Amino acid sequence: MLDGATPSVLDVKDLTTTFKTRVGAVHAVNNVSFNLKAGELLGVVGESGSGKSVTMMSLIGLVPSPPARVTGGPVMFEGQDLLTASNEQLRKVRGARIGFVFQDPMTSLNPVFSVGFQVMEPLRKHMGMNKTRARARARELLDLVGIPDAARRLDDFPHQFSGGMRQRVMIAIALACDPKVLIADEPTTALDVTIQAQIIELMKDLRDKLGMAVIWITHDLGVIAGIADRVLVMYGGQIVEHAPVRDLFANPRHPYTRALLLTVPNVRGERAQRLRVIEGQPPILRAAPTACPFRDRCEHAFDRCSRENPARRLVGPVHDVACFWDPETGASSDV
Amino acid sequence: MFDDSTSRRKLVCVSGLKMYFPIRGGLLRRHSGDVKAVDDVSFDIFEGETLGVVGESGCGKSTCGRAVLRLYDLTAGTVLVDGIDISTMGQGALRKIRPVMQMVFQDPQACLNPRMSLADIIGEPLVEHTRLSKADRLARIYELMDAVGLNRDFANRYPHEFSGGQRQRIGIARALALNPKFIVCDEPIAALDVSIQAQVVNLLEDLQKEFGLTYLFISHDLSMVRHIADRVAVMYLGKIVELAAREGLYRDPKHPYTQALLSAVPEPDPVAHDTANRTILTGDVPSPSNPPTGCNFCTRCPQAMEICRQLDPEFREVEPGRFVACHLFNENETAG
Repeated sequence: MLDGATPSVLDVKDLTTTFKTRVGAVHAVNNVSFNLKAGELLGVVGESGSGKSVTMMSLIGLVPSPPARVTGGPVMFEGQDLLTASNEQLRKVRGARIGFVFQDPMTSLNPVFSVGFQVMEPLRKHMGMNKTRARARARELLDLVGIPDAARRLDDFPHQFSGGMRQRVMIAIALACDPKVLIADEPTTALDVTIQAQIIELMKDLRDKLGMAVIWITHDLGVIAGIADRVLVMYGGQIVEHAPVRDLFANPRHPYTRALLLTVPNVRGERAQRLRVIEGQPPILRAAPTACPFRDRCEHAFDRCSRENPARRLVGPVHDVACFWDPETGASSDV
Repeated sequence: MFDDSTSRRKLVCVSGLKMYFPIRGGLLRRHSGDVKAVDDVSFDIFEGETLGVVGESGCGKSTCGRAVLRLYDLTAGTVLVDGIDISTMGQGALRKIRPVMQMVFQDPQACLNPRMSLADIIGEPLVEHTRLSKADRLARIYELMDAVGLNRDFANRYPHEFSGGQRQRIGIARALALNPKFIVCDEPIAALDVSIQAQVVNLLEDLQKEFGLTYLFISHDLSMVRHIADRVAVMYLGKIVELAAREGLYRDPKHPYTQALLSAVPEPDPVAHDTANRTILTGDVPSPSNPPTGCNFCTRCPQAMEICRQLDPEFREVEPGRFVACHLFNENETAG
């Protein structure tokens, strides 16, 4: 389904984000490049602090600057570079052309406004609809995301909705202006598994129906396996592996990805006697990377890993990895 | 492996446990109802085993764990720990029993006092319950730090200097300080990253072997519970709907809720995902202050029958060591 012919809707080149803090700089995102094709679902996996959220926030100007400094680029979206775009221009993109769904639906909805008002807000601001039309559209949207009795529930407030229903409202708001790209940042992490399954089905369904491209950020490899077309694995503020989902799970190349897949216990299949562990802690990104961020926890690390930060190299048609080690030969690759 | 369970000693016996929280409303704060957080729950925990409790948020699993340790005054039911009935015991007597039963909390950030050093935190139970001299206490603190894999040099540091996984180790060391027999682990890994979760779970398993501990392991993570627990109880809306040995439960779940719960867990395998036939439950969990009549699960159950809406199913043993609360397994009713 993903071939070279499908056009990119979003093209990110060398995005770097640094935060200035009182105790020094934090290099949260380092030279991240990726593209997003029309209609695809791109999964981004990583642990907390791996830079997955900051990457997405940076590219549409949602990180406060200062303390953040976003450099690199360009980030091309619909013919304009989002990094050099003015606030005015960005405002027309955010919430309209690029929609967002955040992790916690309780804190991202305003408790003092009705749900209807909040769904209507982007419609009136971005699409210039009047109240009656916006309300009719809001009702359609709530219907679309599977909220029963939508017409009546428009006047309810966020606290009257359950967690799963609130997340549906968030999705309705994100979809209001018919975005090209939807960025979902851990949209199911705060939800229970049975509700998570509902939201995942809904998102797949909506993607097929509306044809938007989705970036789905999560730390849950199970979720990724179920929904993504392509996956970016992030560690220490960098993309360490990038592959189509089946490739990634069948043939993981980066030691971090491999370890991650082994650490996660399963509800089906064989039960491991003992869990595999990735020893140590994720790095604190105090300086710009001059070495592989995973080297201290990597079982295959050798000298070169602490001298040089491996660049991403192709190991398959759309599969690349930032690592010197080669799982087939067990030797370091000479690039 | 399950046949010998009858001969094993029961360390914790819970029967008919109810924990209701009153809802008060109006000017006079009149009692207008109850949140039935735990509603008639019975189970035993054998010495040296891990009983996993799984369920979605609000199902009462944490309340159940806290009630078993008498962190609440129970609404009804009895709890026996090591043969002693603690269900109506006064605070003074309870305090003497506390060393036997300890707890590891979910959020290692919130359960550690930020103004106490690591040695003070781990040493606090020793100060409260023992008469060790200062030197002996420090020796014990070091011993505990070794046991949970914390560097002795960290003894004078404060909680904020540690990562989430290390903080959880501090919480575990504190729980171990008084040589407990029974530990309730309330979502001990929920706040941690996947790569750190495995470290903490392995540590808990090692400590269990070393000190012969018995765990009540509360979690919403079905795959982790499968890894650590010997037997598993599945809770829904304040009740245990199924209780069985780990392998049986995961291989052949009986209760429709257990089936749906297991099928909702996303599998880290894209091929299996495409072929999987999953049950997706509709709707949300009803409010525990106003549970449905009949079976609590009848509003979402794909196999609900007429009787489910009228009669609460009994929690009965359908196979040796396997308990299910569902009308589907009540032969008298389904055969007729």
